[in-house]
Amino acid sequence: MGEATLEPLEGVGPLEVPEAELYHATSWWTKYVFSQDAKIIALQYSATALAAGFVALVLSWLMRLQLGFPDSLSIIDQNQYYQVITMHGMIMVVYLLTALLLGGFGNYLIPLMVGARDMVFPYLNMLSYWTYLLAVLVLMASFFVPGGPTGAGWTLYPPQAILSGTPGHDYGIVLMLVSLIIFIIGFTMGGLNYVVTVLQGRARGMTMMRLPLTVWGIFTASVMALLAFPALFVGAVMLLFDRLLGTSFFMPAMVEMGQQRDYNGGSPILFQHMFWFFGHPEVYIVALPAFGIVSDLIATHARRNIFGYRMMVWAIVIIGFLSFGVWAHHMYVSGMHPYFGFFFATTTLIIAVPTAIKVYNWVLTLWRGDIHLTVPMLFALGFIVTFVNGGLTGLFLGNAVVDVPLSDTMFVVAHFHMVMGVAPILVIFGAIYHWYPKVTGRMLNEALGKFHFWVTFIGSYVIFFPLHYLGLMGVPRRYYTMGEMDAIPLSTGELNQLVSVAAFIVGFAQLVFVFNMIWSLRNGTPAGDNPWRATTLEWQTPETPPGHGNWGKELPVVYRWAYDYSVPGAPQDFLPQNQPPLARAARSAEP
Amino acid sequence: MTIILLLVATLAAIALWWLSQQRLAEKPWLESGPGDSFHNTASGRMPAAKVGLGVFLAVVGALFALFASAYTMRMHMASDWRSLSLPWLLWPNTGVLLLSSAAMAWAQAAARQGRTGSLRTGLLIGGASAVLFLVGQVIVCRQLAAAGFYAAANPANAFFYLLTALHGLHLLGGLVALGRTSAKVWRGVPISQMTLSVDLCASYWHFLLLVWLAVFALLLHG
Repeated sequence: MGEATLEPLEGVGPLEVPEAELYHATSWWTKYVFSQDAKIIALQYSATALAAGFVALVLSWLMRLQLGFPDSLSIIDQNQYYQVITMHGMIMVVYLLTALLLGGFGNYLIPLMVGARDMVFPYLNMLSYWTYLLAVLVLMASFFVPGGPTGAGWTLYPPQAILSGTPGHDYGIVLMLVSLIIFIIGFTMGGLNYVVTVLQGRARGMTMMRLPLTVWGIFTASVMALLAFPALFVGAVMLLFDRLLGTSFFMPAMVEMGQQRDYNGGSPILFQHMFWFFGHPEVYIVALPAFGIVSDLIATHARRNIFGYRMMVWAIVIIGFLSFGVWAHHMYVSGMHPYFGFFFATTTLIIAVPTAIKVYNWVLTLWRGDIHLTVPMLFALGFIVTFVNGGLTGLFLGNAVVDVPLSDTMFVVAHFHMVMGVAPILVIFGAIYHWYPKVTGRMLNEALGKFHFWVTFIGSYVIFFPLHYLGLMGVPRRYYTMGEMDAIPLSTGELNQLVSVAAFIVGFAQLVFVFNMIWSLRNGTPAGDNPWRATTLEWQTPETPPGHGNWGKELPVVYRWAYDYSVPGAPQDFLPQNQPPLARAARSAEP
Repeated sequence: MTIILLLVATLAAIALWWLSQQRLAEKPWLESGPGDSFHNTASGRMPAAKVGLGVFLAVVGALFALFASAYTMRMHMASDWRSLSLPWLLWPNTGVLLLSSAAMAWAQAAARQGRTGSLRTGLLIGGASAVLFLVGQVIVCRQLAAAGFYAAANPANAFFYLLTALHGLHLLGGLVALGRTSAKVWRGVPISQMTLSVDLCASYWHFLLLVWLAVFALLLHG
């Protein structure tokens, strides 16, 4: 590889780390399959995660068919319904969102955005993907074992998760737990890479406070995930012991089907603590990368420097810290000391402060910006609206007194789908439209993109907005069918039909997106190196798509932050991060 | 959950200290001139592998802290907890692990001073005593099982097997790394190129010793 310049330069500090020898692939297999190049690994992660996501999308259709037309269509029975909701939830949260945002975007963007040639531990990075793939395969295998996948609900609460009344209690639950354990091991390998690459792999001049917010988001989320996933690991291992060895970590003494089980004294609440100590940070593990990416999309497509960069960084870090102290707000109905309820309600509401700061800053970035309504920008705007919506209902559910009557209703389903489902997915789409030109060298078709956005955005609201009302009317979640129930008016059924029809339309619109991605690979307009006129380093590579080692002979040197847009007197209206301060001389010559 | 929260608070304090070195109050939008150049921090010169190991140890620490939290919570959540009377063999076992760690520290010092002979001896004693420790742990588990202390019989037993197995697995992973390092040393790779690997192995060994002491204390306490 080329040599980096070592002599002192104006305005930049010395090189952080001497260049290491880069691994070079020697055959087709090591170049494209068992690749150690973060860009290939990113694509492998993304493709696998999206494939898993499409399985989960089809599962949501099955669910909606049942909920919308409970009497006329009987495609799935009660047990299958539980299996479908469980697999949909777990795949979407862990195997799609976490894997795509950290494994996919993290791998592609971190080395390019910090100006590195690759991740610091490429071999471990490769291992991380293959371990993840194994986890996905083990999970998918549960569709084909006797009894099918587990129907324990995505939270896998014991005791019901391993009792014989729950579908998939023979093999499904075992495969689910084993798959999660494998996933966590694989993620740890990847997470180490993301964190250490940001810490040690930055190019010369790239200080922490010059990092694009995308990197800050992914970095903080990776640190959180490294500390939070062990809680799920502990819960999964102990539940596996209860299931396979008959221990009583979580299983209380109980009579099942008239038979006294051998379990004794275990505590289901203990599992809930472990699950939610992971589960709540997980919300932000998904949200923080989305926050970061959306900041960069907005700044680039509104040609404005991000408003309050420092506050944005601090907010990301503070949210990361606080999110470890709120987990029990998922457990209000499990019963707890009132002072604990008060404590967790307070910490939950405090998180709203840094989050609100971020929303205000996005809006203020847009204020008087030169807003280009490109497809990535549309998705970014859609995210802000949706995230505010979901965040506001979070304030309801975060309060113990309001949460108790709303608990386990469709209101909760509406809340977390808005905040954790639709919002990050909108960012993911925006990010794909934004970075696809860098990955492939071609633009995605804009007309198809706009169609995809509007159907997805409006459709998501038709799906999830009514669920709030259904929840307020008392429609419970996880019910296969309402049947005759006096407490719930019949009209809720009609609303459910509307939701189901919308779900199908939105689902099919995603096929347009898939078509666009495949079609544009060959037929898209050539993108050039920097179609969005963006400042960050990934757009300044000598080749598009970036070659092996990213930067050709010389590593980039960073002279400025990532948000120099609409700079007066600049030759273009923006200054890339690696632009030497020559422009400054030109600017100071201006009157 | 006190134990894991204490660990997270400690890690947060370390993270805050590190962040405070990153000039978080700087205004990056004001273009840097020659006078106020953005200097990178000295911590950036640490080898990536060292930082990587540090992050990994934090993850392993969180894992054991969570198990410890679960242990203490489960102990107080029901009255069925019957403390295990720990076999005496665990005491000499602990001594063997101490010896292993000491040998690794010796190897580390030898590598830094360029003494190949002492390095080899240190690695050999460190590795062999770690294997001896693992064999001892397996014997303890077999003794307990033979005496009827099955995992399903009581949560205290189950936690004992779980924690010792988890610690053993981590040590086994360490032995793989140590084996690779030792193989290189015996193949005659220059000692100056081995200092980092030996450092990493030694740090991991000391960390696993600390973890074992904490686990042992927890088991004695319960």
